[in-house]
Amino acid sequence: MSAAPLISVRALTKTYDLGETQVRALRGVTLDIMPSEFVTLTGPSGSGKSTFLHLIGCLDRPSSGEYLLAGQHVAALDTRRLAGVRNRQIGFVFQGFNLLPRTTALENVELPLLYAGGVPARERRERAAAALAAVGLGDRVRHHPNQLSGGQQQRVAIARALVNRPRLLLADEPTGNLDTRTSIEVMGIFQRLNESQGLTIVLVTHEADMAEYGTRTIAFRDGLVRSDVPVVRRRTAAHELERVAGDAEAA
Amino acid sequence: MSFPMTVVVAVKALGRNAMRTALTALGMIIGVAAVIVMVAIGNGARASIERQIRSAGSNVVMVNAGSGGFGPARQGQGAVTTLTDADAAAIRERVAGVRYISPALNTRTQIIAASANWNTLVQGTSEQLVDIRSWPLEYGAFFDASAVRSAAKVAVLGSVARDQLFGAGIDPTGATVRINNQPFRVIGVLTRKGQGAFGQDQDDTAFVPYTTVQKRLLGVTHVSGITISAEDGVPLERVAAGTADVLRERHRLSGGEEDDFMVRTQEEMTSMLTSTTTTMTYLLAGIAAVSLIVGGIGIMNIMLVSVTERTREIGLRLSVGARDVDVLTQFLVEAVVLSLAGGALGILLGGAVSYAVTALLQWPASVTPQSIALSAGVAAGTGVFFGFYPARKAAALDPIEALRYE
Repeated sequence: MSAAPLISVRALTKTYDLGETQVRALRGVTLDIMPSEFVTLTGPSGSGKSTFLHLIGCLDRPSSGEYLLAGQHVAALDTRRLAGVRNRQIGFVFQGFNLLPRTTALENVELPLLYAGGVPARERRERAAAALAAVGLGDRVRHHPNQLSGGQQQRVAIARALVNRPRLLLADEPTGNLDTRTSIEVMGIFQRLNESQGLTIVLVTHEADMAEYGTRTIAFRDGLVRSDVPVVRRRTAAHELERVAGDAEAA
Repeated sequence: MSFPMTVVVAVKALGRNAMRTALTALGMIIGVAAVIVMVAIGNGARASIERQIRSAGSNVVMVNAGSGGFGPARQGQGAVTTLTDADAAAIRERVAGVRYISPALNTRTQIIAASANWNTLVQGTSEQLVDIRSWPLEYGAFFDASAVRSAAKVAVLGSVARDQLFGAGIDPTGATVRINNQPFRVIGVLTRKGQGAFGQDQDDTAFVPYTTVQKRLLGVTHVSGITISAEDGVPLERVAAGTADVLRERHRLSGGEEDDFMVRTQEEMTSMLTSTTTTMTYLLAGIAAVSLIVGGIGIMNIMLVSVTERTREIGLRLSVGARDVDVLTQFLVEAVVLSLAGGALGILLGGAVSYAVTALLQWPASVTPQSIALSAGVAAGTGVFFGFYPARKAAALDPIEALRYE
């Protein structure tokens, strides 16, 4: 981890102007995230963790402060360039999956490639199918979201986030709508992507145990970083799944 | 995103809500079909009027004796008696492109048959009138040139006059009728022609040689008009101008004097009548266009609902790298595809209704390429116009707020 940081923020603030009152969601955050880190962001609601995720995801602009993504001052880019950054460098996974209804898994995964431009239809299909196979859904390409379980839907969303080969994966409470077992499976996918491909992951969660799947945990409170520590006893998905299965047998 | 891809995405998005898409398109379908049918009916009216005018004879130039009188007291049309059959002969000889010519002198009078009598228009013409008006006979024959020369007392009846004097369907040739107390031999009956361009019954009439009207019925030497038909391909304006020149010279009219006759071509009469129906066509099309606008507002309404409903989808598209212009284009293309599809179906429906009107009401409603092009253009324009506001609203959404939208 001696290389340049992938994400570098300095005194980042975000203030929402709600007419009469102003909400200071972020009050000055300074930190670096190195390539191949698996960072989990925790904190109570309103602590600023989601706002921070949106800012580093280029979905929103900071009120003040500096943000360098892979050495580039992204805050200075215009709306269209930002769309390009989101398309090529960042993949998003949301709590609510956000798949297009009545659209096949394959077409959902293809979506970022449509906006990338210049990718021929055949290559789009091949890359989308490969991304689905990588999350274990190679046999579900023709299924519509309503024919898939929650865990499968979230895996389609992960495939969609990865299809354009971004350097950074951002996940906003990706296990919030899933049961324990499925949550562990999804975290297992993130761990595998992080370890085998060196993908940098920043994941927001409010569940303490989910935070332990990463390599580093940053806790937010009142728009500031309260703690920023490496994960000491890291959970691995494979081990956790065995334990859950054991609990089920005992019960 | 490439444009063809945008169209594919738009069609798929519309397909996801097939029922709503169909109902929205219905507004457009009805609007476009209404325009097509109304224009077709208007065109049909014009075509049928033109056909009636053509039944008066094709390529016809009419000369009427003009109004006369001196000073402020003007007499009516036909009061001047300077027009004669010698004028007709001169026109025949000196104007190029004259095919048939017939002087005209009419009188309204009583015709008395053996068991009935009937007041009708007795038209004095030359033997060429049947050719000018391409009017076939039901029975017998039209009078010939020698009958005109000898002012023979022969008559050819229109079908209505025949029906009144002898009864429907009877062949009266050889019978004698009395006109102005003189015996006329009936030598023919014309086929039914129906109503004329000005609403008159063309069949309520009898034809006799114009010389007979001059000498035996009215005792005059002039005629009230001359009917000329031009050779095919000869411009009517040229025949009319040549006729006017001949008549001015023969009537010794110097430069400053007004014509004592009136020359009108069939085209002038046609344009006079058709301008009325054209106005009516515009009126009908205007009313139909209102329904097109209503259809467009329907599209805008549904697109606005669709943008609200798909807010999260828009947020997602923005988060995976769609630019605002991509979102704008997507919704605009959806609206245009919707209105164009509606327009295409409307053209088909309008064509079908026009065809049915033609078949059932015997009204020649004709769908023209222009009305199809106009409808298609208006449909696309409506899509762009009414789709732009919802599309811009979609493109202006904030990605985070769109993603959070419940």
